[in-house]
Amino acid sequence: MSLESDVTQRGATAAIALRGRIDRDAGDALDRAYTAAHGIAPQVIELDFTQVDYINSTGIALIVGLLARARAQKVTVRAAGLTAHYQHIFEITRLSDFIEIVQPVGH
Amino acid sequence: MTDMLEARSESDTGTPSVDAPESGAGAPSAASRDAQPASRTRTEKRAAARGRKAARRTESAPQARAEVIDIDVDPNDPLLIFLQTAPGPLEIGALPSYSPAVTRMREQGVQMVVPLVTSGELVGILALGPRLSERTYSRNDKRLLDSLARYAAPALRLGQLMREQEKEARDRERIEQELHVAQLIQQQFLPDELPELGGWHLSAFYRPARTVGGDFYDIIELADGRVMVVTGDVTDKGVPAALVMASTYALLRSTADVETSPGEVLRRVNELLIPQIPMNMFVTCLVLVIDLQTGSTHFANAGHNLPYLRRGGRVTQLEARGMPLGLMSGSVYDEHETVIEPGDIVLLYSDGITEQHDRSGDMFGFGRTADLVAAATSGDDLIDRSVEALGVFSADVDQEDDITLVALHRGRSGGYHDTLSFSVPSEPGNEREVMDRVAAVAESALPLARLDALKTAVSETAMNAIEHGNRGDASLEVSVLVRRSAETITVEIGDYGRGRQRDPDIPDLGLKLAGLQTPRGWGLFLIEQLADRVEEFTDGERHVVRLVMRTDDDIDGIDTGDSDTTEEGARS
Repeated sequence: MSLESDVTQRGATAAIALRGRIDRDAGDALDRAYTAAHGIAPQVIELDFTQVDYINSTGIALIVGLLARARAQKVTVRAAGLTAHYQHIFEITRLSDFIEIVQPVGH
Repeated sequence: MTDMLEARSESDTGTPSVDAPESGAGAPSAASRDAQPASRTRTEKRAAARGRKAARRTESAPQARAEVIDIDVDPNDPLLIFLQTAPGPLEIGALPSYSPAVTRMREQGVQMVVPLVTSGELVGILALGPRLSERTYSRNDKRLLDSLARYAAPALRLGQLMREQEKEARDRERIEQELHVAQLIQQQFLPDELPELGGWHLSAFYRPARTVGGDFYDIIELADGRVMVVTGDVTDKGVPAALVMASTYALLRSTADVETSPGEVLRRVNELLIPQIPMNMFVTCLVLVIDLQTGSTHFANAGHNLPYLRRGGRVTQLEARGMPLGLMSGSVYDEHETVIEPGDIVLLYSDGITEQHDRSGDMFGFGRTADLVAAATSGDDLIDRSVEALGVFSADVDQEDDITLVALHRGRSGGYHDTLSFSVPSEPGNEREVMDRVAAVAESALPLARLDALKTAVSETAMNAIEHGNRGDASLEVSVLVRRSAETITVEIGDYGRGRQRDPDIPDLGLKLAGLQTPRGWGLFLIEQLADRVEEFTDGERHVVRLVMRTDDDIDGIDTGDSDTTEEGARS
């Protein structure tokens, strides 16, 4: 499995701590994590990328799919722990227009 | 346009004959009649009798047949003005005798002239000889001819217009076809891509003029490791120039196989070209032979523009002069030598840039060209600035000639410091192995952000090669070549596909979130956004994508989104 995750709740925010790679093998894991987070009935889902070391174009497509799903459910998506490189990729793909980039809790 | 339609009976005596057969036709000779056997059938005898009768009639009747004769009427002939307002058919005697056309018609027996006028325009003349009955043309005949003219004139005009349009269409098609053929010939001989020269960077731009000139350039890697750079320009345009260009190109290539001295190459090509080049056509040509390790450069010139050399902020020209190729047998070409130092930029160019005019008639000239060279920070930058400046200068003015620019930039140190070559099977996930091994070569040469950018570009390119180029066939390998020089990291990733799989749409997140585009399709976008330069070419049966990242300290001015194609021109 390329991607693992833990879902925790912080008030109205469901935090998904991601570990590993977001690539073609990460689809199911990301989908399960989102479903679990949404089950907490949050207003905000925060994706924590601190322990993600690789995101490729397929991974970007998975994040786009997750974002589309969240927007349909009126859920705000945040991203925490992105490296400067992946922040740059979020900017050039315009994901940062729809996903607020924040520092992870504790930083 | 006025058509001359003329018919007259051809008869020495003027005697009309309605049913006279052609002389001798169907009539056996007397000798053959005598020789005919007595046992012929009645039918055969009757037929023979008809033949004899016809033969006798032929001998006694005058020869007569209608024919069309051709009289050219000068557009200034007063007859035309006269007939424009003529009331209808006119006897020849009623026409102005001072008209040369009338004189010629009289000589050829014309008796009646019918003007064909429609919409107030004389579109034709019907000229008639004597009647076959020898009688004069009656009033009824004239009424009939007048009526005929009223119907015939517009029909004739319509036919004329259609004929004119068809001719114009044919002419246009022929010219377009010729231009297309010339362009095909010419572009066939321009390099598809420029070779990667360790520590040197070559940039080129070529844009043909509407009517196609004869510019060409070539990069020839010599057996001794040096590189021959050639630029040239054939006088004249169209297919002839393109053919001479192709011929010169081939002669230069074949001569470079056996001779690497620029002066001697030009001398030999001149001698070979003279017997085959059309009169009043010649070729200007500049040849440089460069040692990539030392920068030592030998060059000779056959009437081409002198190249510019930028060193520091100073611009000079590489002086070399000689007779253009194809003009004079026995021409010799002095060879000169210089050293292109690290950091130097050399610009080779055709007169398409220097001789381009603006709206007020001023030429772009050498001064503006030299200023562009002085301001250049790299070969790519020089070409981009030149194309842009020329576009601004000649706004709303047609491009007058082919434009060719070749920029040669020697990096701060030539040669590759490190090279790595390997391959991986086309299995999912192997793109990460490619990425990691490339990173191991590049990490000491690139700051972290640019290393990460290269890693993603490499990973995406390798994934495309695995999934699309080799279609996930694990028996096919993806080849990887990494070269590191002081100025660049170059990564070439090869597969056995037909080229980069272009997504139909530029990825747009808004459309993707609205469900109007698939969430996928980011790969090529990321590659082009993250690498400094992306090129692709074929190498035998392999398709190769080349990614280039500059390691220069001064990378602020580098537009990482720079593409390698500028406007309509081709940039290599």
